[in-house]
Amino acid sequence: MKKEFKLMKGNEALAEAAIRAGCDAYFGYPITPQSEVLEYLSREAHNRTGMVVLQAESEIASINMVYGAAGTGKKVMTSSSSPGISLMQEGISYIACAELPCLIVNVSRGGPGLGTIQPAQSDYFQSVKGGGHGDYHLIVLAPSTVQEMSDFVEFSFELAFKYRNPVMILTDGALGQMMEKVELKPQVERFHEEFNWATTGRKNGNSRVITSLNLEAEKMEEINIHLQKKYEMITKNEIRFEAINCEDADYLIVAYGLVARICQKAADLAREKGIKAGVFRPITLFPYPYEELKNAAKNVKGILDVEMNAGQMIEDVRLAVGNELPVAFHGRMGGVVPSPEEILEKLEMKFLGGSNE
Amino acid sequence: MNEKKMTGDEHYETMIAEENICINENIVYDKPHDALYSTPMHYCPGCGHGVVHRLIAEVVEELGIIHDVIGVAPVGCSVLAYNYLNIDMSEAAHGRASAVATGIKRVLPDKYVFSYQGDGDLAAIGTGETIHTCNRGENILVIFINNGIYGMTGGQMAPTTLANMKSSTSPFGRDVQTMGYPLKITELVAQLPGTYYVTRQSVHKAVNVRKTKKAIMNGFLYQKENKGTCFIEVVSNCPSNWKMSPVESNKWLDENMLPFYPLGDIKIPSNSSKNNGE
Repeated sequence: MKKEFKLMKGNEALAEAAIRAGCDAYFGYPITPQSEVLEYLSREAHNRTGMVVLQAESEIASINMVYGAAGTGKKVMTSSSSPGISLMQEGISYIACAELPCLIVNVSRGGPGLGTIQPAQSDYFQSVKGGGHGDYHLIVLAPSTVQEMSDFVEFSFELAFKYRNPVMILTDGALGQMMEKVELKPQVERFHEEFNWATTGRKNGNSRVITSLNLEAEKMEEINIHLQKKYEMITKNEIRFEAINCEDADYLIVAYGLVARICQKAADLAREKGIKAGVFRPITLFPYPYEELKNAAKNVKGILDVEMNAGQMIEDVRLAVGNELPVAFHGRMGGVVPSPEEILEKLEMKFLGGSNE
Repeated sequence: MNEKKMTGDEHYETMIAEENICINENIVYDKPHDALYSTPMHYCPGCGHGVVHRLIAEVVEELGIIHDVIGVAPVGCSVLAYNYLNIDMSEAAHGRASAVATGIKRVLPDKYVFSYQGDGDLAAIGTGETIHTCNRGENILVIFINNGIYGMTGGQMAPTTLANMKSSTSPFGRDVQTMGYPLKITELVAQLPGTYYVTRQSVHKAVNVRKTKKAIMNGFLYQKENKGTCFIEVVSNCPSNWKMSPVESNKWLDENMLPFYPLGDIKIPSNSSKNNGE
């Protein structure tokens, strides 16, 4: 079959991928910088596959519609940006406990508060460490290209159904808005699978119930233990990362998402100057590639962690490599994107006694 | 026979013992056995929830739709409705039952979907979802139990608490100047073009139980027409938190709740003959 390429915005590539992945329903609410997802789906989806696209009255309603529809065993998703994702946290916690598969996309922007509409990575803790109440985890994927914005949609649904767990694509406003060439996947048929947990109308003698409630402490503990075991399985099976020029590296730059690409440029500039730098990019932020990072860092002299926030993932980097190795940080906040030059400068300053010039 | 005056219960027990009336030919009413589990309910004596649950079960059985119904339970006293109703159900976060029901109905448009919500859930924390679900005319049935109080959390003031009515958070009576007015959300949603059938009923007397059952029957039947949201308010009691006996609470409901929340149809489909209004 001939490959299909298109020049697309990240948000549109993601929306197109949702249609092609056979997604059954999207519920969302406008917020910059991700409104194109809702717009694109409103325009394209229903006529092509019969997919339900509904603009809800709020992000709170959106996530609860997702909860309802996901409980029937359909492929369901929503998308939003940071403040909207904050509003969804209660619903996400319910979905995680009720073990419903779904996709949540956060095209994040700078905070806190209303913040800005420019890209940021300041929702790392919220996405990876919990966000809502209770002990739970999302599977969190961080694309770094428009191609991955597209590819990760089908992959997310695969993981969501495999583990009956909500999956989050954590990206940012820059990736959502920038245009790149994308190879589109062929259209997948919407599936009509029946699951033995889904509420689609009582089948035999006993009804099915979607709930996250248990008033008996011991029973609720059992549910928690079950969830924790599932997270262990996910950690064992689903870690994804990319290591670029790490084999001979003296210095590692650790970054995820779009920032990892900027860091790649910085590493190239470093190598031109004779500094052997490599880039380690976690693709799954939960589960986090602790062991893989530790291995990649075995022979390096130092690590520079770069993020568009005040330093959040750096805690996981330190967990991975321990105290043996110096870990420096460079971050920009509030929607500012770091340049390759400033990253290189930081690397030299931290580990090579200042700028060479 | 015994000269001493017997109570009703004693009289009944004597009758059973002497005449053995518990035989099949004598059964005039039996509760539903398929859509309703036989497990005892946790509701307080005299509470209306149990009656409404039973009516839903009866309607679901009589319409033969048990394999095509999905219910949504709220946060509140009826949070465990799925322990009593043997139908597929989804629990919802506080206030979000109609959004959850929307999600279910949109992906399963051929199924019968209903939400079952209390006044705090539907008319306080979930007002936005209620209004917008009705305004979109989602083809679902909303069953709204209004007892003017937060039952499960122990009797706090609800949006529907009457003026001057006492609750644990309006211990001197609801002062409308500082606490706002009781909300007639049923009249409010009836204004929206998305609602198809809006009615207010009660279950405090046998005649009202029959009318409520008819309303619930209509609410399910209308879903097949795909013409909008059906909304049934059931004015109910809360003996425990009203701090009354069941009988007193029903009398109080009659004398205080119903003058403010009058029973009857508020909006009926224009071409329909299924009118049971007063």
